[in-house]
Amino acid sequence: MSLLLLIEQVLNGLQFGIMLFLMAAGLTLIFGVMGLINLAHGSLYMVGAFCAAAVAAATGSFLLGLVAALAGAAIAGALVELVVIRRLYDKDHLDQVLATFALILIFSEGTRWIFGSFPLFLNVPEFLSGPVTLPGGIEYPLYRLTLIVVGLLVALGLWLLISRTRLGVQIRAGENDREMIAALGIDIAKLYTIVFALGAALAGLAGALVGAIQSVQVGMGEPVLILAFVVIVIGGIGSIKGALVGAILVGLTDTLGGIFLPELLKLVLDPSTATSVGSSLASMAIYILMAAVLILRPAGLFGARA
Amino acid sequence: MIRESYLNAATLALLVAIPVWAMSADEPFTITLMTRAVVFAIAAVGLNIALGLGGLVSLGHAVFFGLGGYAMGILAHHAQTYTAVTEWPFLIEGTKSMPVIWLVAVVLSSLAALVIGILSLRTAGVYFIMITLAFGQMFFFFAISWAEYGGEDGLSIYVRNGFPGLNTLDPIQFYGLCLALLCLVLAFAWRLGGSPFGLALNAARQVPVRVETVGLDPVRLKLVAFVVSGAITGLAGALFADLNRFVSPTMFSWQTSGEIMIFIIIGGVGRLFGPVVGALVFVALEHWLGGLSDFWHIYLGLLLLVIVLFGRGGLIGMICGREKVHD
Repeated sequence: MSLLLLIEQVLNGLQFGIMLFLMAAGLTLIFGVMGLINLAHGSLYMVGAFCAAAVAAATGSFLLGLVAALAGAAIAGALVELVVIRRLYDKDHLDQVLATFALILIFSEGTRWIFGSFPLFLNVPEFLSGPVTLPGGIEYPLYRLTLIVVGLLVALGLWLLISRTRLGVQIRAGENDREMIAALGIDIAKLYTIVFALGAALAGLAGALVGAIQSVQVGMGEPVLILAFVVIVIGGIGSIKGALVGAILVGLTDTLGGIFLPELLKLVLDPSTATSVGSSLASMAIYILMAAVLILRPAGLFGARA
Repeated sequence: MIRESYLNAATLALLVAIPVWAMSADEPFTITLMTRAVVFAIAAVGLNIALGLGGLVSLGHAVFFGLGGYAMGILAHHAQTYTAVTEWPFLIEGTKSMPVIWLVAVVLSSLAALVIGILSLRTAGVYFIMITLAFGQMFFFFAISWAEYGGEDGLSIYVRNGFPGLNTLDPIQFYGLCLALLCLVLAFAWRLGGSPFGLALNAARQVPVRVETVGLDPVRLKLVAFVVSGAITGLAGALFADLNRFVSPTMFSWQTSGEIMIFIIIGGVGRLFGPVVGALVFVALEHWLGGLSDFWHIYLGLLLLVIVLFGRGGLIGMICGREKVHD
């Protein structure tokens, strides 16, 4: 177990965490502003990945694919908000869960209908493929490094948007007091559609970016969605900062746990048992982390209310 | 408007009449479909205690369904390979006896529900939904990585487990056994709803502060409901595994949790027979629509959207009108 491997795995965990952040940020914004639990967020991730794969295959340009992912997911998000989600704001959580679960069924089967059951492939673009040598002589895939940088830039952009712009002021006001900002003459319906489309675009971007290192297939969104929920529970609902910290914690725990837990157990158990027990434990590590946070801080690390 | 008790009686009559007809018409597949519906109904009656009475939106009931399934799978697997489940700290042998398997399934899922409940009930509302969903996923990944019991491929059991005095391989006898259990569980849920505990739980769902003021602990009431609910769903899991003679991590998947919830919504939340009507309609849809189109989930999704957006109270609500506010 060398230092090089450790650094490489930390970077992998960071990359995974940053992608989770893109999902979790949208979810937590939508919950914070509209009080809506959106299970269909994973479907928007999938829509982004399929848009990117289809457009990149047709035009040969990865960047056009990314643009298509952002636009496609944002449009799908806005449409879904206008047709279905809008009717759910004043309903209870059970109805929101069921209606968005219904949306998952429709999105997944619809995508299977259009694209078939076989996974699509989205290739890493030429100019981002291959390894890059980091200071200290570590070879690391350039594409994964780019994901980290892009994710951090999006996080910065989101922070600027929320703390410095007029839209950001409205979003923050919406989180605190919905009736009041409606009374002050802000078109709250339009604000909700914009926030939902923004969250959808972030999910679509994540889907497209991750789609290039995994396969693009129906059902790819839900495992990520559930991890994003874990992130939000850890970070605290409604907090973008919590989403970032939670996402990186979850990404690191999952990646490092998978590598190091079997190694650690080999110190006390025989190698084959250690590998099987270690990998089972590693698959549970993030949920144990979540349980621990819940015991210590039920509202999450940065959550204001439970 | 039809009175709800008439509808319930009609549902029960259907549960007896359809299999009797299927047996005389020599249609064993219909009996298997009905068994599937009855087992789903038991799982949903379990969830309905947490959801309908306690107001706990649990998206993690697949945990208990899966634990019941794996209790059956593991015990029967060891019985058919003549190995012990464990020899330490004391010898546990496999078994092919349904009553023993049910007991293990119920105890295991109650314990899991107790731990998950204690952790999840530290929060409420949307946190609760996300946490139960996350715990479900935890068990799902654990089952996948547990290579000793089949991992991703699951476990096949060659012969259905036995029940004293019955030939469980005969579809109608196994159906009768499941139907009897459904009736028991329904009777239990009905008694529970009218008991002091059920009334207190109902109150805790509606106005927790007042319940606390009269000296009851709402969280404890909900925890008990969650454990009872998990135990019943665990029993259904053991039956489901026996019906298919197969267990796999799919039983733990979040889709399973969602489907159990769908049964209740189609039928009607908090209604005694809601889960039964919902499970029957779901299995019928699965069969008919699934035969018409490979993409029947689209239609299921649309139906669900219509029920949630426009038809409060599910099918029973549409047929029998709104629930009385006070009993």
